[in-house]
Amino acid sequence: MPAISFQNVGKTYTSPRGALHALDDVSFDIEPGEFFGLLGPNGAGKTTLISILAGLARATRGKVSVLGHDVVSDFATARRSLGIVPQELVFDPFFSVREALRIQGGYFGVRNNDAWIDELLENLGLADKANANMRQLSGGMKRRVLVAQALVHRPPVIVLDEPTAGVDVELRQTLWQFVARLNKEGHTVLLTTHYLEEAEALCGRIAMLKLGKVVALDRTSALLAGTASTMLRFKMDAPLPPQLVAQSRVTGRIVQITAHDAAEVERILGVLRHAGCVPEDLEIGRADLEDVFLEIMSGAPRARAPLQVAV
Amino acid sequence: MSEFGALSGTRTLLYKEVLRFWKVSFQTVAAPVLTAVLYLLIFGHVLEDHVKVHGVGYTSFLIPGLVMMSVLQNAFANSSSSLIQSKITGNLVFVLVAPLSHWAWFCAYVGASIVRGVVVGAGVLLVTAWFAPLHVANAAWIVAFTVLGAALMGSLGLVAGLWAEKFDQIAAFQNFIVMPMTFLSGVFYSVKSLPPLAQAVSHLNPFFYMIDGFRHGFFGVSDVSPWTSLAVVAVSLALVCAVCLHLLRIGYKIRH
Repeated sequence: MPAISFQNVGKTYTSPRGALHALDDVSFDIEPGEFFGLLGPNGAGKTTLISILAGLARATRGKVSVLGHDVVSDFATARRSLGIVPQELVFDPFFSVREALRIQGGYFGVRNNDAWIDELLENLGLADKANANMRQLSGGMKRRVLVAQALVHRPPVIVLDEPTAGVDVELRQTLWQFVARLNKEGHTVLLTTHYLEEAEALCGRIAMLKLGKVVALDRTSALLAGTASTMLRFKMDAPLPPQLVAQSRVTGRIVQITAHDAAEVERILGVLRHAGCVPEDLEIGRADLEDVFLEIMSGAPRARAPLQVAV
Repeated sequence: MSEFGALSGTRTLLYKEVLRFWKVSFQTVAAPVLTAVLYLLIFGHVLEDHVKVHGVGYTSFLIPGLVMMSVLQNAFANSSSSLIQSKITGNLVFVLVAPLSHWAWFCAYVGASIVRGVVVGAGVLLVTAWFAPLHVANAAWIVAFTVLGAALMGSLGLVAGLWAEKFDQIAAFQNFIVMPMTFLSGVFYSVKSLPPLAQAVSHLNPFFYMIDGFRHGFFGVSDVSPWTSLAVVAVSLALVCAVCLHLLRIGYKIRH
C-alpha cells in the first residue's frame, strides 16, 4: 500500500475573473520509506497539492490517500499518519515552545509525551528554548518549532513544504541530518524545495510539476542520467559570442553551457577563442538536477520521455 | 485509540482556547468586569432614588442585567476573536491539520466561550454584589440562562469568526449587531416601561429573553414567563448551532 497516493487530482479555483486550474490530473504514488522530492517553479501547484493532502484544501477532482486512508472520507486516520511542516512561518504567540508542542500532540490524542518532546527539542537544537515564548524566538528558531510540531505525534509520513526557505546553513544541516535519520528509521518523507542540490542529495525519486501537471517523474539518478549531457562551466567578464547564447545559462560572471560530447566542447572553446574571450576557472562536469530542472521547465526535448508513470 | 484520541483532541483544543484567554486575563476578564462596574456606578448613582423595577431598587435590578450582558458579550468575543486572530496570523493551520471533526471544533470553541462568559459573569457578580442586596429566587434559571446564552453567543461568535476576513469585520459585527441588541434588550430598563410599539419590537429580540429569563432567577418575577424565554433561547441556540456546524463541516472560508 502506498504511503501517499494521488489519483487524477485536479483543483480549479473559480473567481469572478474566471477559472484557474491549479492542478490538472495529477497522479503518482509514494511508497513507504521513500524520500520523495516534489519540485517545480512558483505557481506550479506544489503547495496546492500538499494542502489537499493535509486537508487544508479540497480537490475538485480525484482522490488522495495516506497509507490507504482517504483524506476526505477517513480524514482522522489519514491526518494522524501525516506530519506537515507548513511553508509559512506561523506560530501561536500565546504559548511557550513546550506548551505549543504539548498542545499540538494533544490534538492528535497523544498525551504524556514529554520524553519525545525533549528528544525533538534536543535534535532540533531547541533544548534551551523549551520555556521561551514563541514570540521571543528568531525566524530560524520558529522554523525549528514548526518541524517539531509536525513530528510531535510521531507520524509515519512526513511532509516538508519548503522547510529551508530563508533558513541559515546551520539549521539546514541540523534539519537534514534529523530528517534523514527519520527516513532511515522508516518514515516516508515528501519534500518540496527550491534548493535543487538538497533534492538531489536527499531524494531517491522526484516529481516535477509545471502549471499543475506532472512533467517528470523518475528516480533522481535516472533523471540525471536522462540528460546525457555534460556542462561546461567557466567565469568570464566579456559578453558571450551570439552563437552560444541559446544553449547557455549565465548567472553574473558564471557561464554554463550544455555540451553533449567532447567534440562539442571543442567547438564551444573554438568559438570562444575565435571571439577573443578568455574563460577563467574552466571546468567540465556532469549536468546536475538544476540543469535537468531548467531543461524540463523550458519544455526542451529530452533524450528520455519526460513523463513516466508511477512505478 | 480513535475514540479516546478524538475525545482527548477535543479536550486539548478546549484547554488551549481557555488557556489563550486566561493568559491575557487582564484584558479578557478584568477589563469587562471594570466596564460593568462603571455602568453600575454611573447608572446606579443617577437612577437609584428615582426608579424601582419589579419592586426592587434600580441598582439591584441593574446587577443581573449587567452580569448577563457581560456573559453574552464575552462569550461572543472569545470565539470570534480567537478564530479571526488564528486565521489572520495563519496559526489556524495547527488545528486544521489535526484529526478533529467539526463537532470537536464546535464543542471546544463554544465550550471555551461558555467558560469565559461564566468567569466574567461571576467576576461582575462578585464585584457588583457589594453595591446592593441581591437575592437568588431560583438558581436553576440562573445557571440555565447563563449556559444557554453563552453557548448561543459562543456559536454566533464562531460563525462571525468563520465569515470575517478582517478584524474590522468582527468589530462591525460586535458594534452594529451585538452591542445594540444587548443594550436594547432590557439590561438597563424593564421592557414593560416602553411604549407598545417599542415593547413589541423588543419581543423580537432574542437577547431580551436571555436577560429576562436570567433576571427571573434572581427576583422570581420577569416581563415574560421564564418558560417562554427558555423556549425562545433554546430555539435560537438550535438555529445558530445548526448554521455553525454546517459551516464547520464544509470548512467555510477555512478549507479552500
